[in-house]
Amino acid sequence: MTTTIERPRSRRRTAAGSHVARRPRSERRSNLLTLGMGALLVYFLFPLFWLVIAATKNTGDLFSTFGLWLGEDFSLFSNIQATFTHNHGEYARWMANTLVYAVVSAVGAASLATFAGYGFARYTFRGRGPLLGLILGTIMVPTTALAIPTYLLFSKVDLVNTPWAIILPSLVSPFGLFLMWVYARDAVSDSVLEAARIDGAGELTIFFKVTLRSLVPGFVTVLLFTLVATWNNYFLPLIMLNDPSYYPITVGLSSWSAQAVGGNGSNAELLASVVTGSLLSIIPLIAAFLLLQRYWQSGLSAGAVKE
Amino acid sequence: MPLSAAAPRRPQAGNRAYLFITPFLVCFVLLFLLPLAYAGYLSLFKDQLVGGTVFVGLDNYLRAVQDARLLDGVLRVALFFLIQVPIMLLVALAVALAVDSGLLRLANMFRLGVFIPYAVPSVVAALMWGYLYGPDFGPLTQLGERLGFAAPRLLGDSWMLASLGNIVTWEFAGYNMIILFSALRTVPVERYEAAAVDGAGPWRIAWHIKIPALRPALLLCLIFSVIGSFQLFAEPNLIQRLAPTVIDSSYTPNLYAYSLAFTSQQVNYAAAVSFLLGFVILVVSYAVLLLTTRRPRR
Repeated sequence: MTTTIERPRSRRRTAAGSHVARRPRSERRSNLLTLGMGALLVYFLFPLFWLVIAATKNTGDLFSTFGLWLGEDFSLFSNIQATFTHNHGEYARWMANTLVYAVVSAVGAASLATFAGYGFARYTFRGRGPLLGLILGTIMVPTTALAIPTYLLFSKVDLVNTPWAIILPSLVSPFGLFLMWVYARDAVSDSVLEAARIDGAGELTIFFKVTLRSLVPGFVTVLLFTLVATWNNYFLPLIMLNDPSYYPITVGLSSWSAQAVGGNGSNAELLASVVTGSLLSIIPLIAAFLLLQRYWQSGLSAGAVKE
Repeated sequence: MPLSAAAPRRPQAGNRAYLFITPFLVCFVLLFLLPLAYAGYLSLFKDQLVGGTVFVGLDNYLRAVQDARLLDGVLRVALFFLIQVPIMLLVALAVALAVDSGLLRLANMFRLGVFIPYAVPSVVAALMWGYLYGPDFGPLTQLGERLGFAAPRLLGDSWMLASLGNIVTWEFAGYNMIILFSALRTVPVERYEAAAVDGAGPWRIAWHIKIPALRPALLLCLIFSVIGSFQLFAEPNLIQRLAPTVIDSSYTPNLYAYSLAFTSQQVNYAAAVSFLLGFVILVVSYAVLLLTTRRPRR
């Protein structure tokens, strides 16, 4: 699959290149287009620019100085210190919780989806069509419409206010199954499987030794998107958790922000920590996306076209 | 989705398939179907001060469809969907086509830059934009003052929906762009080459070849956007603190379901509202599917 994606890309580059050479007008258009896209890029990056600037300010400067440039004092390091020490270091605890929830959910969901996607794509069995149809039909069931029902069930079996309340619901990803099903259909050739079977390899051996490698881009794609979904999830942990020591970073930051802007007895000093904490919380995911882009982009191509 | 399109497989390996699909199926039943069934069961009851929990049939649903607060919320997110989603998808499409066109300098940087907001949690996005919108000390107001015009009251009643729409567009345009861009990457090069030989410029290639080829991917984006719009929660929930008089507890259906379940303790009614909301989303999704895949009349 990867090869069929890579090949057109390099060929198209040359085609476009010769195109530009034949028509000098396109060269000018490219500047105009670059300028227009540059304006869009400014829109998409300026809130993050503001966040970086704001993280260097103390609470006083946040209110009194111009928002899009540095304030009087450079307080980034004292802000980071305040963020990590506030209320016995609960920020670090929330980051650790988020990491655990997101990684466990993502590895679990991507593994389940990869196994099942492969099973649906490579084997014929009774009821395969209806079963797959049922699961894929639930892609359209919104996660938050499912959240309150899950809460009701979990409170019945005493799972609310535990880490499981966040991890378990994130394990089922019908869209992940869809991606892996499409991916496994194209990435694994029947003849290779057949050859391995003739050699007497068991089904699990075949899966782990022969096919898993070609499923990696799809696996990483599902992994990353479940990671983001769990990392960014707010509604589910908000309703499931009461104990702040279980909070993920989203609910934690939200509770700090409520204290910072709330009316009576509000703690305005906390605002600088909300801002700095927000900045620190988005760095790991951005880094993950940049480092793993080779994988998730080819994985997405498979899903996007075959729908 | 063409389930039958899969190539035929060896039947003798049939039972071994369960080895692979059982873990997923168990989780699917326990964590997807069972909660829905349990909530569906709860939605048929009512908690009364006198007499405890009693079976009331479909009363909760009858009450929900006549609940003005719920209907207002549904209409609000429907309006949000009709305006925000086309803007977001147009931006996503424009960026995807531009990055794919080969006419753009630093294309890779643009692609990643536009995508980065997707990695920002909606909580952080709402906190940032909420601050940027601030009427007293927000940078947008400051910028307006420096340039000599009064910025609109972005957290006021008349601008709130647009302000929320801007946050959601900022968060998800890049995600949709990546889906569209990935789909563009799989269009066979031969089609472009043939068109270029016929003298078609990049704009005509985009309009006549690329956009039609993007149809399935656009549809996927559209369906995800239906789901996203109708279950809007985190952004209004956080902005609510900055504008408590503008965003009330039933501003969106999800805010309403949340306040029903956790503030006013009407669990059974909240279950019915969740169900109804899920149903509305399914209906709108299928309506979008039907409208966009309808064959043109001869």
